[in-house]
Amino acid sequence: MDRRPSKTPGFWESTVGKKTVMAVSGLVMLLYLVVHMLGNLKIFFGTDEFNGYAHWLRTVGEPFMHYEWTLWLVRIVLVLAVVAHAVSAYQLSRRDINARPTKYVHKRKRASYATRTMRWGGIILGLFIVWHLLDLTTLTVNEHAVHGEAYQNVVATFSTWYGNVIYIVAMVALGFHVRHGFWSAAQTLGVGSAARDRALKTAANGLALLLTVGFVSVPVAVMTGVVS
Amino acid sequence: MKLTLRVWRQRNADADGAMSTYEVDGISSDMSFLEMLDTLNEELILRGEDPVAFDHDCREGICGACSLVINGDAHGPERTTTCQLHMRSFRDGDTIDIEPWRAAAFPVVKDLVVDRSAFDRIIQAGGYVSAPTGSAPEAHATPVPKPDADYAFEHAECIGCGACVAACPNGSAMLFTSAKVNHLNVLPQGAPERETRVLDMVGQMDAEGFGGCTLTGECATACPKGIPLPSIAAMNKEWLRANRKVSRG
Ligand code: HEM
Ligand code: SF4
Ligand code: FES
Repeated sequence: MDRRPSKTPGFWESTVGKKTVMAVSGLVMLLYLVVHMLGNLKIFFGTDEFNGYAHWLRTVGEPFMHYEWTLWLVRIVLVLAVVAHAVSAYQLSRRDINARPTKYVHKRKRASYATRTMRWGGIILGLFIVWHLLDLTTLTVNEHAVHGEAYQNVVATFSTWYGNVIYIVAMVALGFHVRHGFWSAAQTLGVGSAARDRALKTAANGLALLLTVGFVSVPVAVMTGVVS
Repeated sequence: MKLTLRVWRQRNADADGAMSTYEVDGISSDMSFLEMLDTLNEELILRGEDPVAFDHDCREGICGACSLVINGDAHGPERTTTCQLHMRSFRDGDTIDIEPWRAAAFPVVKDLVVDRSAFDRIIQAGGYVSAPTGSAPEAHATPVPKPDADYAFEHAECIGCGACVAACPNGSAMLFTSAKVNHLNVLPQGAPERETRVLDMVGQMDAEGFGGCTLTGECATACPKGIPLPSIAAMNKEWLRANRKVSRG
């Protein structure tokens, strides 16, 4: 078809391309988080069911897949998504800050609300992912720390004040991130339009609320003794 | 009306600038904002001082020359151009802050005047149609469906003022570029360059040092011509489509 003029940059060099990478990797993580949140709710059905579920996660796909292969596949996709998302977010944010080197003397608060909550929220989520892996995957910082006893490990985490604070702050940040992020991703991928705007915003708010409430229900249940 | 103005003064592109305070009296609420600045400049000239430099041309809201960030809002508190803003939007005794558009891609030339030629280069990169010049074509030769014509007109309203860039916390030119891309890409006359247009204009936009879009929506709120925020999503769609269609090399 068309011949490309040589000066046009490639996909990754373009701000729109990087934003597309950010949107797709964000949606991959979002899909994972919805499934993850629903899985977490199994904790309300008791120790055996939850620990059985945790064991099943390692045997999914057998006998075609070997023990833990599916789990590792998911982990690899997630690591790629986190890295792609964080790198594009970092590079775009730097570019954006450099594009406005002189600030206005007359300040307005509203202007950068969404951008700021996305950047700070993203940093909080990045730190949380590290903590969360050390706490419940590697069990490095967990108080119970017995492999195969996921239920007891979770109860141990949410029996400490800092475990609850870190988790709840991160899940509120997640809600805000998804609220702007889901709608943004629709615009970035070109499915946003004036006619669909309301539906997309409602979906974004619903998804954000569902994730935050679903995830936070677990520490609340431990704190109130519903799960122990 | 009696007003206190705090105006950005900067001798030239390389000099440091600062806000200077001026008092103006006898301002009528029927004056436009630019007439109010003319009043200030007449006084400054009489006092032997350097008048405040600002851009303007048509003073009818159609050319896109006027600018000014007024109390933090591009083109001031009403949804219109600065030249069409009237002093009845302010009250006697107000203090008004007046600053130039702020963006790395729009360097200050003097006082409130910025260099917006980055926009011209974005247009040069693809904001045109290749048509035989000479005699006018037969008007019925290329039918355009009514919804497409409306869509093109809506985007053709962009006057290239740059308020979108000034309002955006990232100094992004996505709303301007999307207006120009969508205007031509929807029309049959624009079809031959549909893919190269969006790729080259976005490429030039990035090369000029504008920031990326974080969808804060400040651009569409500031735009005097009501170019809507979904225009950016529509351009992203065109850009992704062009990437799939066009062979690189
Ligand atoms: C490593 C931690 C993270 C960082 C540093 C981060 C940072 C960011 C930033 C800066 C943006 C751009 C906001 C904007 O353009 O206004 C963004 C967008 C987004 N994020 Fe994240 N985020 C992180 C984690 C997540 C997670 C866990 C999810 C999954 C729910 C997610 C989903 C999204 C989505 C869907 C978008 C929208 C993409 C777009 O604007 O087109 N992010 N992120
Ligand atoms: S999109 Fe609106 S604000 Fe931006 S240059 Fe065009 S008319 Fe001005
Ligand atoms: S001077 Fe022409 S639009 Fe304001």
